[in-house]
Amino acid sequence: MTLGPEIRAEMEQIKQRYPDPRSALLPMLHLVQSVQSEVTTEGMALCADVLSITPAEVAAVATFYTMYKRRPVGKHHIGVCTNTLCGLLGGDAVYAALSERLGVGHDESTPDGKFWLERIECQAACTHAPVMTVDWEFMDQQTPASAIDVIDQLARGEEVRSTRGPVIRNFTATERTLAFPDDGLAGEGPVADELMLAGLRVAQERGMSAPTAGQGN
Amino acid sequence: MTLTPVITAHWDRPDLYTLAGYRAIGGYTALAKALQQEPDAIISTVKDTGLRGRGGAGFPTGLKWSFVPQNDGKPHYLVVNADESEPGACKDIPIMMATPHTLIEGVIISSYAIRANHAFIYIRGEVPQAIRRVAAAVREAEQAGLLGDNILGSGFNLRVTIHSGAGAYICGEETALLDSLEGRRGQPRLKPPFPAVAGLYASPTVVNNVETICNVPFIVNNGVEWFRKFGTEKSPGFKVFAISGHVNRPGIYEAPLGVTMRELLDYAGGMRGGRPVKFWLPGGSSVPMLTAEHLDLPLTYEEMAAAGTMLGTGTPMLFDDTVSVVRAVTRWLEFYKHESCGKCTPCREGTYWITGVLERFEHGHGSAAEIDTLVDLCDQIGGRSFCALGDAAATPYPAALKYFRNEFEAGTSQAAELEFAPAASYLFSEATAR
Ligand SMILES: Cc1cc2nc3c(=O)[nH]c(=O)nc-3n(C[C@H](O)[C@H](O)[C@H](O)COP(=O)(O)O)c2cc1C
Ligand code: SF4
Ligand code: FES
Repeated sequence: MTLGPEIRAEMEQIKQRYPDPRSALLPMLHLVQSVQSEVTTEGMALCADVLSITPAEVAAVATFYTMYKRRPVGKHHIGVCTNTLCGLLGGDAVYAALSERLGVGHDESTPDGKFWLERIECQAACTHAPVMTVDWEFMDQQTPASAIDVIDQLARGEEVRSTRGPVIRNFTATERTLAFPDDGLAGEGPVADELMLAGLRVAQERGMSAPTAGQGN
Repeated sequence: MTLTPVITAHWDRPDLYTLAGYRAIGGYTALAKALQQEPDAIISTVKDTGLRGRGGAGFPTGLKWSFVPQNDGKPHYLVVNADESEPGACKDIPIMMATPHTLIEGVIISSYAIRANHAFIYIRGEVPQAIRRVAAAVREAEQAGLLGDNILGSGFNLRVTIHSGAGAYICGEETALLDSLEGRRGQPRLKPPFPAVAGLYASPTVVNNVETICNVPFIVNNGVEWFRKFGTEKSPGFKVFAISGHVNRPGIYEAPLGVTMRELLDYAGGMRGGRPVKFWLPGGSSVPMLTAEHLDLPLTYEEMAAAGTMLGTGTPMLFDDTVSVVRAVTRWLEFYKHESCGKCTPCREGTYWITGVLERFEHGHGSAAEIDTLVDLCDQIGGRSFCALGDAAATPYPAALKYFRNEFEAGTSQAAELEFAPAASYLFSEATAR
C-alpha cells in the first residue's frame, strides 16, 4: 500500500503534539509501519519531507530502534522474551517450539507472510514469565504447548485474546495504536490480573494496610 | 514488616483506570489542594519527605526539582520516564495499566510545582495496553478540565503528550530519552549540563520515573509526617516491589522501604518446591547479585549499598539452585551487547568481548586465565564509559564471580548444561510442555 495524502495529513496532526516538529519522527515511523508493515524508503522520504530534514537523517533514526523493520513483518509479530529471567524460566523452550513450528528463526517471517518471529528483550513483565507477545500485546505465562496453540489459532483465523489486553488484531493495527494511542481499547483486559494483585490479596487476607493520615486517597 | 498498599491499594476495582473509578477513591483531591499552594511550597514538601527517585538511581526528587531555574523566561518541561526496559523491572507498566490517573494527577501537580506547561510521558513502544490506558486517562482528564487551560480555575495551563518509544533500552537513560524525544537516535548526552538546566529543547527539564511521580498525589494529600511513617531516615516511603523468578506467587507487593527480602518472599509464598534461593538481585540486572545470606537485609538504598549492591528499581528477581549462574550472566551480557548504543568505545567493544568470553565459559570452553582477565576487562569498562549502561554491563560478572567462582572454573572444562539442565529451571515440566 502506498502512503496517500491522508497519511501525510496524519503526520501533520502528530507534529502538532510537539513544540518542535522533529519530535514527531518516532510516532510518524510507527504510522508508516501501520500502513506498510515495515519502514520503507518511501516512508522515510515522506517523513523527511514532512519534517524538512534529510532522508539520511530519518534513516539514521529508523535503523537505531529495534521496533522498526526494513522488511515487511506480515500479519502477526510474535515476540518471545529470552532475556535471562524469562529465557531461563522457560522462554528458551517456548522460542524453540515456535521456531520449529513456524520453520523460521529470529527476525524472520514465514513465507506466507503470516508470522514474524523474534527473540525479544525484557518486556517489563518478568512477574508473568515466560512472556510472549503477539503484535506486542501481552501473552503472559506461556508454555511451549500454549504458545503453539496461540499460533495455531491465529493461523486458523480464530479469536485470540491477550492475557492483559484486547483481542489480537494484527501488527499494523498495533503500529497505528502507537501513532494514535487513544484507540478505544483502553477498557479491554483486566485493570490488574491476579499477579498484579498478589500483594494486595495477601494484605487483605492478613488484614494489613498502610497507615492513614485520615483523609484522601 | 507488613505490606502497605498505597499506590496499589485499589487495583481490585475493575473501573480504576477510568476517571469515574479514580474519583470514587478520592482521585484528584490532591490536585485541588496543590493548586491552592504556591509551587515552591510543593517543592519544599516533596523535599521534606525525602522521596528518592524510583527509576534506579535514588536521587532525591525534591532536590532535583529545586535545580530548575525559576523566572528564567524559558519554557520548562516535565518528562516522565516510562521506558521501563531494565531486565527484571516490571512495576511502572503495571502501575500505568492499573491506575493511569494516579500518574496523570502526579504529572499535573509536579508540572505545577516546577512551572512546566507541557509534560511528556515517554512510554516504551512495546506495551500498547499501557499506552492506551494512559492516553485514555489524558483524554478524560482534558474533558473534565483537569488538563488544558486554567485547570480547576487556577490559571495554570498544562498539556500532556503521550510519546511511544520504538525499542531501545538506552532510551531509559534520561539524556538519551531526551534525544529520542527530540526525534533522534537515543544516545546519551554529556552531563553537565544536567536536564534540570538544559534538557528537552535545551530548556529546563525534570525527568522522573513513573513510580516517583505517582508518589506525589499521596504526599500532597497526606503530608510529610505521614510519608515518613514508612521506611527509614535515608529511604523514606513505600515501594512497589515486583517480585519475579522461582517464587510461588510472583507479582506486585507494596511495602515500606526497609522490608526484607525474606519477608517479601514469605508474602510471595516462598520458593517453588521449597528449593533454596541461589542468587537474587534487588532491582534489575544492573545491580550486583546477592545470595541467600543477604535475605534478612532491609531493602533500603543505604543497606543495599552497604552490601555492595543497589536497590535499583526495587524489583527483585530470585533464582533457585537449578540455575547456572554462568548462563544467567551470559544472557544479561548478551542483552547489554545488544543494547549498547555504540557511542563510546569501552562499552561498544567491551560488551562484545565480555559476551564472547562468557559464551565460551557457558559452553565449557573458557580458559582459567580468562577468569581474571575478564575482571580486568570489566574494570576497563566500569567508570570509563560515557553513561551508566557501560557501568551496568561491567557489573554482573564480577558480582557473580565473587560468590560462584567455582562455576566459572567449571566452565573451563564442562558446559553449564551438564551440571544445570536448562529444563530444570523451567516453570513448567517438560512432560506438560508439549
Ligand atoms: C541504561 C539506563 C536505562 C535506564 N532506564 C530507565 C527507565 O526505564 N526508567 C526510569 O525511570 N529510569 C531509567 N534510568 C534512570 C534514568 O536515567 C533517570 O535516573 C531516572 O529516570 C530519573 O528519575 P527518578 O529520579 O524519578 O528515578 C535508566 C538509566 C540508564 C543508565
Ligand atoms: S556506555 Fe554504552 S550505552 Fe552509554 S554512551 Fe557508551 S556505548 Fe552508549
Ligand atoms: S525477562 Fe522477560 S519480561 Fe522481563
